[in-house]
Amino acid sequence: MKINSPLEAYKYLPQTNCTECGEPTCMAFASKLIDRSAKPSDCPPLIKEKKYTKKLAELERLLAPEIREVVLGVGEKAAKIGGDDVLYRHKLTFFNKTKMFFDVADTMGEADLIERVKKIADFKKFYVGRNLLVDGVAIRAASNDPTKFAAAVKKVAEVGLPMIFCSFNPAVLKAGLEAAKDKNPLLYAANKDNWKEVGELALKYKVPVVVSAFNDLDALKTLAKTFAEAGIKDIVLDPGTYPSGKGLKDSFTNFLKIRRAGIMGDTDIAYPIMALPLTAWMAGVADPVSTSYWETVLASIFTIRYADIMILHSMEAYAVLPEVHLAETIYTDPRSPVSVEGGMYKVGEPDKDSPVFFTTNFALTYYTVESDIAANGIVCWLLAVDTDGIGVEAAAAGGQLTAAKVKDAFDKAGFDLKKDVNHNTVIIPGLAARIQGDLEDALDAKVKVGPMDSGRIPGWMEKNWPPK
Amino acid sequence: MAKKVKLSEVTDMFKGMEILSLEGVKIEGDIEIDLSGLLGGGGFDPMLAAILGQESAMLAQHFGRIASMFGVPVGMGAPAAVGGVAPGVSPALAAPKLKDLIPAKFDVSKIAEWTTQIQEVPLGNTSADGGTRGKQVIVGGEKALPFYFDAPMPHRNQVTIDVFDMRIGLAKAVKENYDEVMDSPGEWAKKNVDKFNADMITIHLISTDPLVKDTSAKDAAKTVEEVLQAVDVPIAIGGSGNPQKDPEVLSKAAEVSEGERCLLASASLNLDYAKIAEAALKYDHDVLSWTQLDMNAQKELNRKLMKQCNVPRDRIIMDPTTAALGYGLDYAYTNMERIRLAALMGDDELTFPMSSGTTNAWGARESWMVGSPLGQDSDWGPREYRGPIWEIVTGLSLAIAGNDLFMMMHPTAVAVLKQITQTLFGTLEAEPVNIASWIEAEV
Repeated sequence: MKINSPLEAYKYLPQTNCTECGEPTCMAFASKLIDRSAKPSDCPPLIKEKKYTKKLAELERLLAPEIREVVLGVGEKAAKIGGDDVLYRHKLTFFNKTKMFFDVADTMGEADLIERVKKIADFKKFYVGRNLLVDGVAIRAASNDPTKFAAAVKKVAEVGLPMIFCSFNPAVLKAGLEAAKDKNPLLYAANKDNWKEVGELALKYKVPVVVSAFNDLDALKTLAKTFAEAGIKDIVLDPGTYPSGKGLKDSFTNFLKIRRAGIMGDTDIAYPIMALPLTAWMAGVADPVSTSYWETVLASIFTIRYADIMILHSMEAYAVLPEVHLAETIYTDPRSPVSVEGGMYKVGEPDKDSPVFFTTNFALTYYTVESDIAANGIVCWLLAVDTDGIGVEAAAAGGQLTAAKVKDAFDKAGFDLKKDVNHNTVIIPGLAARIQGDLEDALDAKVKVGPMDSGRIPGWMEKNWPPK
Repeated sequence: MAKKVKLSEVTDMFKGMEILSLEGVKIEGDIEIDLSGLLGGGGFDPMLAAILGQESAMLAQHFGRIASMFGVPVGMGAPAAVGGVAPGVSPALAAPKLKDLIPAKFDVSKIAEWTTQIQEVPLGNTSADGGTRGKQVIVGGEKALPFYFDAPMPHRNQVTIDVFDMRIGLAKAVKENYDEVMDSPGEWAKKNVDKFNADMITIHLISTDPLVKDTSAKDAAKTVEEVLQAVDVPIAIGGSGNPQKDPEVLSKAAEVSEGERCLLASASLNLDYAKIAEAALKYDHDVLSWTQLDMNAQKELNRKLMKQCNVPRDRIIMDPTTAALGYGLDYAYTNMERIRLAALMGDDELTFPMSSGTTNAWGARESWMVGSPLGQDSDWGPREYRGPIWEIVTGLSLAIAGNDLFMMMHPTAVAVLKQITQTLFGTLEAEPVNIASWIEAEV
């Protein structure tokens, strides 16, 4: 973005406070533009009224992210990459989580191919109220045969995930494009030898394209600039991902340099970057588990330092689980605390004798408490009190965690301490000890102060449970 | 690819990585990469294609057509010119698309705001400094984010492997490495160094917790002596986490290890940090300054250690708290990255090396549970492979954020973390790989 204060954005708005966008004032809308939770086209007058056409265009230019956004695939599962404005997530947030594409080869047997694509499409991991998924399929033209490649593309396309067509042979890429019209695949890749033909395909079929130059940023920038001048807007950069040794260090450095230059205003290279952790499988590591580990290590490095899309091989759970979790970690918006839904949760299968704990709905707190309890085989009721996603200590100090709030949470969950358990007792976090008296009055129940750290619940339980 | 190997074999594979340099060592692989054919050597070779018959005939035809395909509608031309057009390239010249490369030079500047060096902190005294350690370890000294090209990193990351002063519950994948030494802290420490290449040892005196065994500070101190005699690497001494008892336990431990320059873990705002700082100064140790995911609290504690307790700058290491992947690593990561960036830009209350309790990764259920407790998840696969990679990814993320010293547990995690951090540090060489052939490689 070229501007960073709501005042600067406000200049380009109608300034009528019409509220059509849902905000009370144009200034409030301007703030949302700056934190990127709204876009100029969300202002109905700007879109509808002709007199604002110029302002709209100018505003869109000013607010465009430094790193170009590129979309692959079509429909609901389309993958959007790039779009970042900062080098560190705490400066704003990173946008468009790193997309994970897994490879298939056009030399695979049909049954194997279908099984693998299905596995990619079906992967999911529940996390904080949603599913973490992987994003698409990279089809390697291992045969280098246009007919074989087209056949593989047809099969993969049926699943509807975004695709990357991988070949340096323009004839192969063309066959793939013909086989999957309007699927908007990403072409991998144009390099110093084939750039004219591949660039021409990107223009003709209107698809995004990777420019590739290994460990040569001048060449990479040259290709990107040449393509941009030719009218190709959706460019992705492949500076090469060397899997080990000095080559890997160079690759890491290249990613840093490209993104720094892009964020600092070098528009010729301000495009999404592709990493290929899959090259771990070429590094000569002796066994598949170690190789898979190494691939995950490469994926981790480049998830953190600026890859927007990557091609991976291992579909083992011990590879994919940490990979999708790390992408979620790095791309979670640091401006809003992550929270779980308030309510009563069961740890194990609790009954009337089981203890009742509560904690806050700050996801980190909640999951820490839950795993501390579960890991020690303690079966219990665990109430998550809605504290606006703030942790126990801060919420108790800041008034988001009071006796009234806790009572309210029990009521909302429909949990009656006198009926649902036979001990009429609540165990409260040690860090919220100050509300003990108030809570006893509010709930008409026994309130015991638990440990300051949920890691100490097991020891505490031995001494204090069941209540005498 | 589905071949199963024992994790101990994986560990062996990565073993020996504590050596500063592996120059000249070639990793022998059993993955054959087909380098022949059209695409070898980085790109399409038209000469080669010409000899290859039918397929190349098609390509040749394609080449022949290229000239006629240059014409691209002007409307699709250059994107909104935001300063991107090179001087001297007139619109007229740029019009025939994709005719000639438009040469461009890449250049990016170093970060001018990174003006301040992180403090170097030595751990462990050799006989030269009045101790008995076989080597000294130094952490810190960076002038840029880790592994960045702006300035070389002076010291590599260090790994200290945990030892507990009593048998405790551990994830199965961790425990099987330590089961036979868990009743002897000395043997445990020895195994960490001899078998698992620990740079340092952390002895956790958890039995001193009144809720655990309430071992006396004096007895705990004996354990510290035992570990110091068993190994000659620098050691960190951890309490039980009980804020009432830790100052007494750590002071006594500091006394019996006088002159060894151990790391006392930890001083925090919710205990008598002054007593720990005093022991560090009196008996020649370093202090771990521990806060919980709060940069301002970290500044406050560091300030108190320096100003109130007179701890010299070269005796402070920070532990800003490590949360596991999936359980708050986003906070831990960003907290460390912000601390390091603030330090590089001159905040002298934060210019200290950092330490991570990477072992916390084992608190994540993904690292130890047999399978997902949730039916709708895809299969979690074998847990013995999940745990170590969870520890690796947690640690590696923080290494990139700026962490220097890692407190870890699983030998494979230690080996892989060393391998990757030393690769990025620049001391590990490897056989060059022709990545251009990845498309047709057998994987």
